[in-house]
Amino acid sequence: MTRKISFKTAINEALDLEMTRDPSVIMLGEDIVGGCGAPGEADAWGGVLGVTKGLYAKHGNRLLDTPLSESAYIGAAIGAAACGMRPVAELMFIDFVGVCFDQIFNQAAKFRYMFGGKARTPVVIRTMVGAGFRAAAQHSQMLTPLFTQLPGLKVICPSNAYDAKGLLIQAIRDDDPVIFCEHKNLYSAECDVPAESYTIPFGEANVVREGKDVTIVSYGLTVHRALDAATTLAQKDRIEADVIDLRTLSPIDWDTVLESVEKTGRLVVVDEANPRCSIATDVAAYVAQHAFGALKAAPQMVTAPHTPVPFSPSLEDLYIPTADAVVAAVGKTIARAKAA
Amino acid sequence: MSNNPFPLSSEDLMRAYRTMRTIRDFEERLHVEFAKGDIPGFVHLYAGEEACATGIMMHLTDIDRIASTHRGHGHCIAKGVDVHEMMAEIYGKATGSCRGKGGSMHIADLSKGMMGANGILGAGAPLICGAALASRFRGDRGVGITFFGDGAANQGTVLESMNLAAAWNLPVIFVVENNGYAESTSVEYATAVDSYVDRASGFGMPGVTVDGMDFFAVHEAAGEMIARARDGGGPALLECNVARFFGHFEGDAQTYKAKGENDYNRENRDCLKIFRDRVCDAGAATRHDFALIDLEVASLIDAAVISAKNAALPQARELLTDVYVAY
Repeated sequence: MTRKISFKTAINEALDLEMTRDPSVIMLGEDIVGGCGAPGEADAWGGVLGVTKGLYAKHGNRLLDTPLSESAYIGAAIGAAACGMRPVAELMFIDFVGVCFDQIFNQAAKFRYMFGGKARTPVVIRTMVGAGFRAAAQHSQMLTPLFTQLPGLKVICPSNAYDAKGLLIQAIRDDDPVIFCEHKNLYSAECDVPAESYTIPFGEANVVREGKDVTIVSYGLTVHRALDAATTLAQKDRIEADVIDLRTLSPIDWDTVLESVEKTGRLVVVDEANPRCSIATDVAAYVAQHAFGALKAAPQMVTAPHTPVPFSPSLEDLYIPTADAVVAAVGKTIARAKAA
Repeated sequence: MSNNPFPLSSEDLMRAYRTMRTIRDFEERLHVEFAKGDIPGFVHLYAGEEACATGIMMHLTDIDRIASTHRGHGHCIAKGVDVHEMMAEIYGKATGSCRGKGGSMHIADLSKGMMGANGILGAGAPLICGAALASRFRGDRGVGITFFGDGAANQGTVLESMNLAAAWNLPVIFVVENNGYAESTSVEYATAVDSYVDRASGFGMPGVTVDGMDFFAVHEAAGEMIARARDGGGPALLECNVARFFGHFEGDAQTYKAKGENDYNRENRDCLKIFRDRVCDAGAATRHDFALIDLEVASLIDAAVISAKNAALPQARELLTDVYVAY
């Protein structure tokens, strides 16, 4: 049965299904139950934005509210994973990774390799990413490149409710540590989602719109900016864009990207992260190295500027990549191709 | 044996001695071999502190888990990690515990409940909370032990984990191996409390300080804490005052120590001598019994070094394997 549900509900459903299916799945995080030990009801919040609401009523003490100690509980999730559990830890905002990064990148990411293949660490760290919430510099970042830098971690960032559910179920069943990035500005976005359980494999991008003239690669919220831009380009300039939603950033589906660029000869990468050493530079560099002969113009990148995320709405709106910026970047690839 | 006044059987007394002797010989031999230049990287020796690892690990089985430190060889041996594989790992060989991909600072054997030596100070404390949590969910009565030094006792990870373990009543023992030096920095300089037991009370858990060079003191205190944690009584802290006989790492000239400090400790605080004398004086074993173990261990370490030196290096393709289970 398929019905329209929100990204947030899809995440909740994926967690519920996997906790029901597999008793080794547990959840840890700040306020994921909400109200534990407080005078109001337990399960008062279900996370600061209510994503895990209702799960405590069904799964009880397999959900653990934690002290405000990211190092301790993210590390405990990793330790429990190394001992046979499948913990899903919630790092409320990805920006908080600064206080627990060692446990993620020196411990979880390294165990398998460093211990000669004898360890497995099936932990999922769910975390909110992205700007647009007027949440300022320490609650708004798109830090995906910090994690894709690191061998041993898988990095997922879905753009819609359907993908979010299938990718999260896959993440929980996966035997490696997964950083699962949820864009907070997508939580209320709805689409058709089956009620039953399903998985989406890692490393398979989704071509969300097909076109012959230019390849636009993106992930997360900016997929929607790319689609808006593609609509504008088609209507105004009869430029048809292939829009690729990467969905999983590590592993990354290079084949789909290269195949598209071989067809279109033009590449625009849209990334909400800061520009240096980002997903955008990674994709542009890979295409330049592996499909140089197919390129008709220099690859273009549309990213956030090299600044922290500003607070004032007027400034934050300038920070986030827009559909107009994507249209302009596509224009550069066409103009340069013509000039050549 | 009728004239055994100790709370351990004769077999366990000999087992404890064999473990301590194995650690000592392993480390003394590494000191010699490292100086020859055949061992790559950093090596941090545990010699001097054997009673601490051994006194604690005598209470554990494979369902109990430990998180170790950069100075981890002693913990590994006491937890039952294979000595040949350890030696090969330290030489970077394919037959090592981690197939040559971890080295001295990352020896692990999860099947033995040894969750890894760790190059990051204090990093084991959160991990062992997770191990204890897993034991609770499984109901297997397993206990987690995290070791850290007087230096790492000041890491936020350790303090956060002490609160987490206490708040969740986890079966975790926090073991401070206080050898007086965080690398070269003295505990008096770097730590504001007189005793790390003060930290335990700050987190609402019991704590005890013992002479970590006295196997029996460690064994008794650890036994009580571990039994209590196993029965659901929650976490505790054990501070073991120990002396490390070598430098922070091999090659450390130890200019920060007092003149004659190592000689004094070897003469007066050697946990092996103290143990042997007490057991012999009580008539629970003879010098000859100990001498037999010494011989047996010496040949084990010899064989481990020879086989490690002769073992194959990892093949080049190993560079790229085991980053992920599947990618």
